[in-house]
Amino acid sequence: MTDTITRGADAAPAGGSPDGRAPRPDPRAEARRIRRIAFSQRLSRWDFRLSPYLYISPFFILFAVTGLFPLLYTAVVSVHEWHLIGGQGDFVGLDNFAWVLGQDRFWLAMRNTFSIFLVSSVPQVIFALIIAAALDQNLRARTFWRMGVLLPYVVAPVAVSLIFTNMFGDQYGVVNNVLTSLGIEPIRWHADTLSSHLAIATMVNFRWTGYNALILLAAMQAIPRDYYEAAQIDGASKLRQFLSVTIPSLRPTLIFVIITSTIGGLQIFDEPRMFDQYGQGGASGQWMTITIYLYNLGWGQLDFGKAAAVAWLLFLLIVVFGILNYLISQRIASADAPRARRRKKEVAR
Amino acid sequence: MTVRRSRRTTAAAAVSTAAAIALVATGCAGGSSQADPDAPVTLTLATFNDFGYTDELLAQYTEEHPNVKIEHNRAATSNDARENFFTKLGAGSGLADVEAVEIDWFAEMMQYSDLLSDLSDPELEGRWVDWKSAAATDADGRLIGYGTDIGPEGVCYRKDLFEEAGLPSDREEVAALLEGDWDTYFEVGHQYTEATGKPFFDSAGATWQGMINQVEYAYEKEDGSVIATENPVIKENFEKVLTESEDLSAHLGQWSEDWNAGMANGDFATMLCPGWMLGVIEGLAPEVTGWDIADTFPGGGGNWGGSYLTVPAQGKNAEAATEFAAWLTSPEVQLQAFANAGTFPSQVDTYESEELTSATNEYFNDAPTGEILISRSEAVTVAPYKSTKYFPINDALQRALTRVDVDKSQSVDESWNEWVKEVEALG
Repeated sequence: MTDTITRGADAAPAGGSPDGRAPRPDPRAEARRIRRIAFSQRLSRWDFRLSPYLYISPFFILFAVTGLFPLLYTAVVSVHEWHLIGGQGDFVGLDNFAWVLGQDRFWLAMRNTFSIFLVSSVPQVIFALIIAAALDQNLRARTFWRMGVLLPYVVAPVAVSLIFTNMFGDQYGVVNNVLTSLGIEPIRWHADTLSSHLAIATMVNFRWTGYNALILLAAMQAIPRDYYEAAQIDGASKLRQFLSVTIPSLRPTLIFVIITSTIGGLQIFDEPRMFDQYGQGGASGQWMTITIYLYNLGWGQLDFGKAAAVAWLLFLLIVVFGILNYLISQRIASADAPRARRRKKEVAR
Repeated sequence: MTVRRSRRTTAAAAVSTAAAIALVATGCAGGSSQADPDAPVTLTLATFNDFGYTDELLAQYTEEHPNVKIEHNRAATSNDARENFFTKLGAGSGLADVEAVEIDWFAEMMQYSDLLSDLSDPELEGRWVDWKSAAATDADGRLIGYGTDIGPEGVCYRKDLFEEAGLPSDREEVAALLEGDWDTYFEVGHQYTEATGKPFFDSAGATWQGMINQVEYAYEKEDGSVIATENPVIKENFEKVLTESEDLSAHLGQWSEDWNAGMANGDFATMLCPGWMLGVIEGLAPEVTGWDIADTFPGGGGNWGGSYLTVPAQGKNAEAATEFAAWLTSPEVQLQAFANAGTFPSQVDTYESEELTSATNEYFNDAPTGEILISRSEAVTVAPYKSTKYFPINDALQRALTRVDVDKSQSVDESWNEWVKEVEALG
């Protein structure tokens, strides 16, 4: 025991005491004291600095394994010739990317993806806002309504797609039966490009609107009620309150909802895949989204290298879009904010 | 596959290896690396459409082999089955112990025959019609698939609708009426539509399958070159079927929701009918009473589809799976499958059997389906050459037909040009 201390004492100056004091006459006792302090101090400093990272590390470790690694591996695949079954082939640099960008079908897929994204995400966020605002009122059986809007989210997307696909049949769909009985021309849900996008957007919105509404509702509940009281005293109508108090206060949440639905919207796969019997996005690619195109390349034509290139292009697109989105939604959400702040000051007075 | 089970299998494998070594040491030839044949095992079987493998049929096997449990997964279409098959074949895991493969993408699969078990068995020599087993034998002489059924085609027609149109409706009369080439078939179609104002057949795509399977070299030559876009027969047939479809087709894409509904609704009066289609029709339109089948086919005989069972090498129970596949493709079991779903056996012994020759189908107005399909299989003169690109090219062509016939979004020429581009992109 003493030996170790002696050794420690000899070692202490070498290691340098943390506060850099000169060694005292009695090095042994000194060293022991300093070491203990130093070590516990260091420990507590580590504790203070590192534990937050330790606490959140499981997520990042998990992400590294399930997110980051596949991302990088896909990048490796995309610069090789890579057959689904044959495996890795020659290194081809950016040839796969060049090939993909030269394909008409890739651009068709881009067009479809954006079109479906716009006709689904925009109404989705607007409806979610309206539903959330309605749920924020003093309703009876509040929990029932709130659970109700989440129900579609619980149903498996494939099941939803099957039911909707049946409803959107060109010749025998429920929707068209209703339309014809009203004397309206039946809509060609599959044959027609825009109609197919609308049908798919309906499925997507059926699933996600309620989910987003609940997130927005949670944020609405956190808005201090005195804002509304003050606004009422100032004579603001319900609509005015909603536009000038609710929306600006929801800014961070709105940005979150818009960005997540963008990411989801650009990666849409289940619904278009289930929209007809073949799942290839239609005979002329009317509703072939980028993910379907990727799937057809990788699993239809067994060409993994090209599919990986599409995957990376999609990834880059989503990153660019996310940044754009962030900038735009900040602009939109903050447009009303100064006025809201001014009102706050008036109220304070 | 749960971790626990795989651990058990490993243990079993270790034990059996030890046993095998012991056997070899004692001079016994027991070179099996498999666990004891009576060990409990779960075999997975993956098929598509309707092979006629009902739960009752599979239960017979589990009764004979109490240690075996069977899980049967059915994909909706051959396309789904193909994607799933290649994905998991490439991944090296996840395939069922016994996987069904359709004839149209069988050649594509044969490129990777080393990833599948060799099913050769001297006892089973001569079980199948020659061309069936020949196509499933790879360059090294390994037998990769056990044939299940073949698809000799007749013409299914709606007796009641033919009567309404003032056409002969009796089986023999209809066969006589349709006897001839494709033009004859379309001609009768025009008579029917003029009389009733209703479509004659379901879609251009389904009719195409009948035409293309009579072409010996449709898309590829034996030297591996793709001739699809220059082949005059293809263009001729493409234009013909689409021109005729304008008036004669119900414009219902095969296998779509609309097609299913149209079948039950009597939207069309005829359909090209390989054996396995009988079960499909009955399944989709159980209420309809008018279906019948005529012993004839435009342009002679034709074979559409038919499948094989394969045993992927990645499976843990290859030996038990092979035994099971051999049982499923035995003449006796295929006769039951035929009774269940109309899948016409590829096993030679069945053609002489009373069970097949006297088989009738109640749903099809008691038509002697056994006799008719035997006669149809004898009429098949062409064995189409289908190599590795057959499936993707024909798949693209089906989409081209759909664009004109079902979606009506393109003209015949536009659609043809797009298909040519797609074939070129396939490389």
